[in-house]
Amino acid sequence: MASDYPISLNIMSSPRSLPVVRAAVEQMAAMEGFTQKDCHGLVLAIDEALANVIKHGYGNRHDQPITISMEPQSAPDGRCGISVVVRDRGKQVDPAAISGRDLDDVRPGGLGVHLIKALMDEAEYSCPAEGGMMLRMVKYATPEAAES
Amino acid sequence: MADSSGGNLVKEVKRIDKNAVVVLSGEVDLHQSPALHSALLEIAKERPSKFVLDLNDVGYIDSSGVGTFVDVFRRVNSYKGQMMLVGLNDRVRSVFEITKLDRFFTICDTEEQALNG
Repeated sequence: MASDYPISLNIMSSPRSLPVVRAAVEQMAAMEGFTQKDCHGLVLAIDEALANVIKHGYGNRHDQPITISMEPQSAPDGRCGISVVVRDRGKQVDPAAISGRDLDDVRPGGLGVHLIKALMDEAEYSCPAEGGMMLRMVKYATPEAAES
Repeated sequence: MADSSGGNLVKEVKRIDKNAVVVLSGEVDLHQSPALHSALLEIAKERPSKFVLDLNDVGYIDSSGVGTFVDVFRRVNSYKGQMMLVGLNDRVRSVFEITKLDRFFTICDTEEQALNG
């Protein structure tokens, strides 16, 4: 049974915060009944979203605010899921310009958005009028038949 | 013996013949990757024939970690060396698979396979 307990984490844009967020996300995913694989997918997607905010939104400044909000959200077919909103006050970017890059180009960098879109069922960037960026994501538990 | 000259994740560096086996331990993320990148490039300067990264004790990696490995891979390739990854758990392996980088790295189950293969 899905519970109703919204979680909100307020962190500064320091990479040192990331392991703490990962632990909280993993715990919530486990409580919601995600498999280990789905837990990892959710953790990695949120980690990549935060890394992008730190690097691109805040230009590697480590003292800027980021809020991560998570809430259980069931899929239409009843599978458990978690919705996530990552909100920052950094540089705004046209959401249409945010996309993964060509994976045949083997070089460091630019893989975060690809991972987010591959791992999450929904991922949508927006530019709130108040400034900064907002990324809304949803991940549902993988159907049992699809688990290998 | 632990190598204290590099990042916190470098647990041990073994020099075997003309090869280097770098044993990592911990989580390779945006916090740890810069120091790890520097440490691995220092080892690459020795131009080991085989540059083996032992990831048996790495529980997590993100795109910054993968990017670090890609940069070292390119450096090793530039002097005609071989870079190999050993002991990836499912979580770590999945990141290479999703980013399709498993096509470029030689991934082995054991250090012995990497050195003798």
